[in-house]
Amino acid sequence: MLADKDRIFRNLYGLHDWRLKGARARGAWDATKAILAKGREAIIDEIKNSGLRGRGGAGFPTGLKWSFMPKKSDGRPHYLVVNADESEPGTCKDREIMRNDPHLLIEGCLIAGFAMGANTAYIYVRGEFVHERRRLEAAVEEAYAARLIGKNNVHGWDFDLHVHHGAGAYICGEETALLESLEGKKGMPRLKPPFPANVGLYGCPTTVNNVESIAVVPDIMRRGASWFASIGRPNNTGTKLFCISGHVERPCNVEEAMGIPLRELLETHAGGVRGGWDNLLAVIPGGSSMPLVPAGKDWADSLILDFDGCRDKKSALGTAAVIVMDKSTDIVRAMARISYFYKHESCGQCTPCREGTGWMWRVLMRMAEGRAQKREIDMLMDVTTQIEGHTICAFGDGAAWPVQGLLRHFRGEIERRIDEYTRNADADGAVREAAE
Amino acid sequence: MSVRRLAPPELQPKSFAFTAENLAWAKQQLAKYPPGRQQSAIIPLLWRAQQQAGGWLPEPAIRYVADFLGVAHIRALEVATFYTMFNLQPVGRFHVQLCGTTPCRLRGADELERVCRARIGAPGAVTHDGKFSWVEVECLGACVNAPMVQINEDYYEDLTAESFGRILDELAAGRKVKPGPQIDRQLSAPVGGPTTLKEKA
Repeated sequence: MLADKDRIFRNLYGLHDWRLKGARARGAWDATKAILAKGREAIIDEIKNSGLRGRGGAGFPTGLKWSFMPKKSDGRPHYLVVNADESEPGTCKDREIMRNDPHLLIEGCLIAGFAMGANTAYIYVRGEFVHERRRLEAAVEEAYAARLIGKNNVHGWDFDLHVHHGAGAYICGEETALLESLEGKKGMPRLKPPFPANVGLYGCPTTVNNVESIAVVPDIMRRGASWFASIGRPNNTGTKLFCISGHVERPCNVEEAMGIPLRELLETHAGGVRGGWDNLLAVIPGGSSMPLVPAGKDWADSLILDFDGCRDKKSALGTAAVIVMDKSTDIVRAMARISYFYKHESCGQCTPCREGTGWMWRVLMRMAEGRAQKREIDMLMDVTTQIEGHTICAFGDGAAWPVQGLLRHFRGEIERRIDEYTRNADADGAVREAAE
Repeated sequence: MSVRRLAPPELQPKSFAFTAENLAWAKQQLAKYPPGRQQSAIIPLLWRAQQQAGGWLPEPAIRYVADFLGVAHIRALEVATFYTMFNLQPVGRFHVQLCGTTPCRLRGADELERVCRARIGAPGAVTHDGKFSWVEVECLGACVNAPMVQINEDYYEDLTAESFGRILDELAAGRKVKPGPQIDRQLSAPVGGPTTLKEKA
């Protein structure tokens, strides 16, 4: 288990003061000026060396992303945008950072903004987090009042930080959709290239980072890249906030070392799977967009929770939102509900996604009852591959993967339901053809 | 995608204007964005207009915000119909948003839905006394505290059919209910106390 001294979010549960005074007592804003004095290149190198990979789902190396920003401004301002539009089902970590440790995020914004030559940053908070947003705004005001940020602040880098909010659209967690939304438009993703590092917010160089990626930066800079890199496995370094939900005894958020085995995580912090480990049916390791991993020796039993460990099980770490499902779960219906989520949240821009998400949901709902033909299983798989990779943003992939995961591991269950429905329907001859 | 339509003309008020307080607030918001980029403030302004109008966004309010920002009406209409937190139909004084996505479903959102149907009625409908309405929404981002609902601005977490029913009773009687976890639990820490961070901070 990760030692308490190695934890970054020391007020994760809100047991202590979130205000500037409390945050300072926990080490925030300590010698920030000395960090900035190292210079832009040195900060980016330090983040690169720490091995920090983006905590928002895709796991792109943060230092590398920062290095894509132009070294010199061509006259256009640079922007840092923090993605706090946390909406991936299963994920509720950024909320805790914003309401319990907001100063880590604000300090991280200053350091990241400096490293990328940005004098302005926006934090885009999902609209539903009303209280979290107010808390964050209060913390930003404190930082302004203490001249930690703002014009002519004590750190010598003019830096304005604004808190903005959305109004309930999952797609705005996609970086270019978020920028569109921040510009006051519908949150429809942009075609890339050009990438935001060249043409982002208001047509200016912009970097979009997740809340957790930014909030860990001050600690990495203070304790050193080697400290962060010493936790976890190579290519999967550092600590991570895990959100454990679903069928465990005690669901919770917890900060742990990357690379912790699934079983150890659940049994150490969440009281284990409801009804014991053998009662596990499947787990989604990284939020609803990722394929599920079924129980079993070769699967969940040996699942290591980091980027490579999840990939080995044909899934992905995503946001590290671990959704646990025990044997009482109606797995087809559970995944159909996830499909409904994607149908509801598709922005409607690309046809494969707009039409495909609804199609997948309707077919899965029939399959949950068994009211389908077995050949439709392959047809459904085929449709997922026609959505995946055929859309402007990764939403299409995120909608296709959970269905693929279900078909990969629970095909037998769907076939069983179809057989059962057919057997029961024989009497009145009510087996219908696929209507879709 | 969800199909969203404006409320019928007979429900729409004749006009809308920000109160003096909201107008001052709105002008302040514009300072967050670079000159000429005032359209950026459209979501916060529409949201404030919705609060002023009693929890839903009438058509005159959408036009008012567009005019205030100097953008075409259609731009504001696009935004108002795209984002699902804008209620285009009137809602009850207590608008319940039930999280119905899988993590909440796994932990008993079905039961909460039954309470909503029995106590409030069909989704989207307002009770006769104007107090309650409810809709099912997608993940609200409190999955380790599932199942949960959002009532107006507040999250009520770790609910059961009983505790949820009790909250509705209290609100109906005009009493305040403490938001957050409804069981003995510190925010997102495990029940029974944290397994980490036990050393003194």
